[in-house]
Amino acid sequence: MKTFTYEKPASVEEAVGFVGEGTRFIAGGTNLLDLMKLQVETPDKLVDISRLNLAKIEDTDAGGLLIGALVPNSDLAADTRVREKYEVLSRALLAGASGQLRNKATTGGNLLQRTRCYYFYDPAMPCNKRAPGSGCSAIGGYNRILAILGTSESCIATHPGDMPVAMRALDATIITLTPGGDRRRISIHDFYRLPGDTPEIETVLEPGELITHVELPAPVAGKQLYRKVRDRASYAFALVSVAGLVSIENGTIATAQLAFGGLGPMPWRDSRVEESLIGKAPSDEIFAAAADILLANAQGYGSNDFKIPLMKRTLIACLRELTA
Amino acid sequence: MSNTNSLKMDKPVPASLLDSGSQGIIGRPLDRKEGPLKVTGQATYSAEYQIPNLAYGYLVGTKFGRGKVTNVDADSVRAIPGVIDVVTDFKTFLQNSQQGGETSAPTQGVQDVHYFGEIVAIVLAESYEAARDAGIRIKVEYEEAEGRFDFEAHKDETTKPPPNNIPAHFKQGDVEKAMADAATSVDVTYTTPSQNSSAMEPHASIAVWDEDGALTLYGSYQMPTSDKTQLAKSLGVKDKKVRIIAPYIGGGFGSKLGIAPESVAAAVAAKQLGRPVKAVMTRPQVFETTVRRSNTEQRVRFSVDGEGKLTGVGHETLTSNLPGEGFFEPTGIGTHFAYSGENRLINHDLVELDWLLSGSMRAPGEAVGMMATEAALDELCHKLGVDPIDFWKQNEPSEDPEEKIPFSTRQLVRCLEEGAESFGWSKRNATPGQVRDGEWMIGMGVAAAVRTNMLMESSAKVAIDANGRATVSSAMTDIGTGSYTILGQIAGELLGLPLDQVSVVLGDTDLPDAAGSGGSWGAGSSGSAVYLACEMLREKLAKAMGCDPETLTLKDGQAIADNRQVSLGSLVGDGIEAIGSIAPGKMEKDRKQSSYGAHFVEVGVNATTGEVRVRRMLGVFAAGRILNAKTARSQCLGGMTFGIGAALTEDLVHDPRNGKLVNHDLGEYHVPVNADVPQIEVHFLEERDQFANPIHAKGIGELGISGCGAAIGNAVFNATGIRVRDYPITVDKLLDQLPPV
Repeated sequence: MKTFTYEKPASVEEAVGFVGEGTRFIAGGTNLLDLMKLQVETPDKLVDISRLNLAKIEDTDAGGLLIGALVPNSDLAADTRVREKYEVLSRALLAGASGQLRNKATTGGNLLQRTRCYYFYDPAMPCNKRAPGSGCSAIGGYNRILAILGTSESCIATHPGDMPVAMRALDATIITLTPGGDRRRISIHDFYRLPGDTPEIETVLEPGELITHVELPAPVAGKQLYRKVRDRASYAFALVSVAGLVSIENGTIATAQLAFGGLGPMPWRDSRVEESLIGKAPSDEIFAAAADILLANAQGYGSNDFKIPLMKRTLIACLRELTA
Repeated sequence: MSNTNSLKMDKPVPASLLDSGSQGIIGRPLDRKEGPLKVTGQATYSAEYQIPNLAYGYLVGTKFGRGKVTNVDADSVRAIPGVIDVVTDFKTFLQNSQQGGETSAPTQGVQDVHYFGEIVAIVLAESYEAARDAGIRIKVEYEEAEGRFDFEAHKDETTKPPPNNIPAHFKQGDVEKAMADAATSVDVTYTTPSQNSSAMEPHASIAVWDEDGALTLYGSYQMPTSDKTQLAKSLGVKDKKVRIIAPYIGGGFGSKLGIAPESVAAAVAAKQLGRPVKAVMTRPQVFETTVRRSNTEQRVRFSVDGEGKLTGVGHETLTSNLPGEGFFEPTGIGTHFAYSGENRLINHDLVELDWLLSGSMRAPGEAVGMMATEAALDELCHKLGVDPIDFWKQNEPSEDPEEKIPFSTRQLVRCLEEGAESFGWSKRNATPGQVRDGEWMIGMGVAAAVRTNMLMESSAKVAIDANGRATVSSAMTDIGTGSYTILGQIAGELLGLPLDQVSVVLGDTDLPDAAGSGGSWGAGSSGSAVYLACEMLREKLAKAMGCDPETLTLKDGQAIADNRQVSLGSLVGDGIEAIGSIAPGKMEKDRKQSSYGAHFVEVGVNATTGEVRVRRMLGVFAAGRILNAKTARSQCLGGMTFGIGAALTEDLVHDPRNGKLVNHDLGEYHVPVNADVPQIEVHFLEERDQFANPIHAKGIGELGISGCGAAIGNAVFNATGIRVRDYPITVDKLLDQLPPV
């Protein structure tokens, strides 16, 4: 492990004051420490925010929830309000990682979990995300868990998270503090970036900008589910996943919020999929059509080709369940 | 009078003293002797010894698959604080691990690189973190060469390997004709990928040289006696100058049978530095530089006549290994005796590749061989419309179909029948795809299990001290299997002592030589050595009591004969001891010795996604005397869990561009997790095998995996009607044949 300095700020204001090249915040460390041991990440300075006062879940005036960035995944999944009104989030959280990891992993950190691409994790191999300009080993290599949407010629990595998929379906807002001391509210829909030719840049966060909270809007009516398809029953990243919230009024679909994991470099959402469903009576035909819209531009890279039919089948089954 | 009681198994031992012991502890499900030490962190594993002045090593692997190292640039990392030195020795370092039981050095020399990740240097530092930083950053210059990295591209270029317990090629009668004449037949090809046992404890060695040029290696090795010789030869020192200490081993499964590259790297570095050196593999290095189970491509043929009798068996396998290494995965080892049929063809050919060494992993041969043969047999039964259990009853061989010798014991059909009864096999709908539970398609599968039994030369010393306590000592190992406990139970039963009055000291080459743990021979071999030592001690005790050994009763620390009762302590004076020594003999050739079992599995296959989940499993096994019902059951549970992994998740992926292992960690090499493992039941049939050894026990550690994967695949077929012949059975292989959503 490369030598680094360690800071333990007493406040969020002090934390963002440590901004600088090679500085990383550390909270649960469930991803960053692994990457540092492999020297995929080699920060010069770690700013330990884990003891800051950001671990509360509060009701908002708008009827939603304000979730502190340091709320552990386990606590968030177990919160009564989350379980009752944001079931999709609770289920997504519990579908991720293992009990021990969920106890350590935080809400803010989980949004920034880096890809689990085999080649990103292996400094012996070229990877544009880890070493910009070195090439993409996954294209032409083994890419079973990698992306079929939103890819570029330089990167086909997937975002590995479950919680962020539910957050995207829930229209969450990410609240940050910038190094300049400003509060910023970023819609989760604007938070992540596609790889293009800079796959090393994954979000719109500026250097030193700290996530302090995630805000959920008031809960919506209807059914919710999170379904994750994976290679073993637990402790595996999603091959594909669906976070869905659908409501029905007078026999037709009134609202639909659908986000997808395992497909792209960010938790995926495509408003055209939802628009194709709204106002229609539930049927296998419209479900299949929605899946076709979602996957119209999907591209397989060999060992992940199966994700395309898998996603279609899974989405149809999920929509059936959500509209039953 | 010699103090050694030796036995060569040239004739059966009809009566075992274990059946007439009075202590009543043999076979009982007693807790592991060392369990509390392990769960409280007091059991010291190889990497954990606190040695003064220790230097921390980090092994440097290549970032290319084939070529030549031109320079290891030590200067590129010397400036890193804490770095002591970089050591390499292009001649002495190990190209790869050695196979188990060999008494020669592994292939040495690392300048010519033969696989991705080959260890070419070790960085030494005052802390592990500094060593790792330097090890990752060090510049290794090289010239890359063309390599053979793609099995599919090279599988037509095969070589015939030397024998590996069985000859590479075997032919009896004419399988082609049997197939041509058959009333019904199957001719199918199954494939299994490379696998890695990825034991929880990584390979680790601490090397300490003394002033007299003697080496002590705290090394996580399964077979210290032969590993000591391998290490001595690798380093060019005399056998007696090397001592290996390995009292606790966090799993091995074959990957620690022979010495691995970290041992020699640590020893060479320690010598050069004049300081003790520790070298622990990272998890990716365990995958990349120890040993894998070879991938296999297996053509299986069965032919039956009009009466449904097997007339021919063909089992032809391609496996892969490094050029010149010879070892082939003996997939047909069980086929030789499991199946009847006069016409037989069992061939193994090797494809030489620039992939890391292939060697032993739990049940080499049967584990993946039976995944093919027992699935093919299920295909045959389906074609015939015959229940597999009825097929076995009709085709069960009465003697070894090749050597024409009797089986020492063979309760395969009883295992199947008892399992069928307990599992509710009769409720299976033989027509696939008929049973649904909501979104889940439900199916049942069965498969037979066979595993060759082995006896290896082993010795052990047993002493009784003046306090009447016994101590068993041997270079045998406990790799998590329960050796400490069963050896204590054998001694306790024979000497009339409760288990807590028997100490067991293992894993040190200064103790009597033993075959160690591997091939499921550990219990039978070292248990027999303990038995023989105790037999001699009983004679000594009888003599001290002035009675015949037959009339002596030993119980709870008391010797009882002729209405006299004397405590062992007062009977032995300053103490007595004896060495027991067992060796294989004619019984190996006179009787076919094997353990048997039957696996029953129920799976659910998700009709939408193709996810397969095992819902329940039952294994019924016959393996001679069960020495400890709890540790034996645990061995079977572990084996069956391996079976789930082999059938459904484990797939070590080689990048065909450079041979690199793509999924070289436990995040992406998927072994089953708790949620994948359902309620598993294990039953044992009562059995004694007098031809195997004096304790009448046979190997069990590898029986649980043998056949298990096929039972899962057969259950998937029963659930869906889909036959996946390319293990593991993952969603992508089922998807296009599932019913429409």
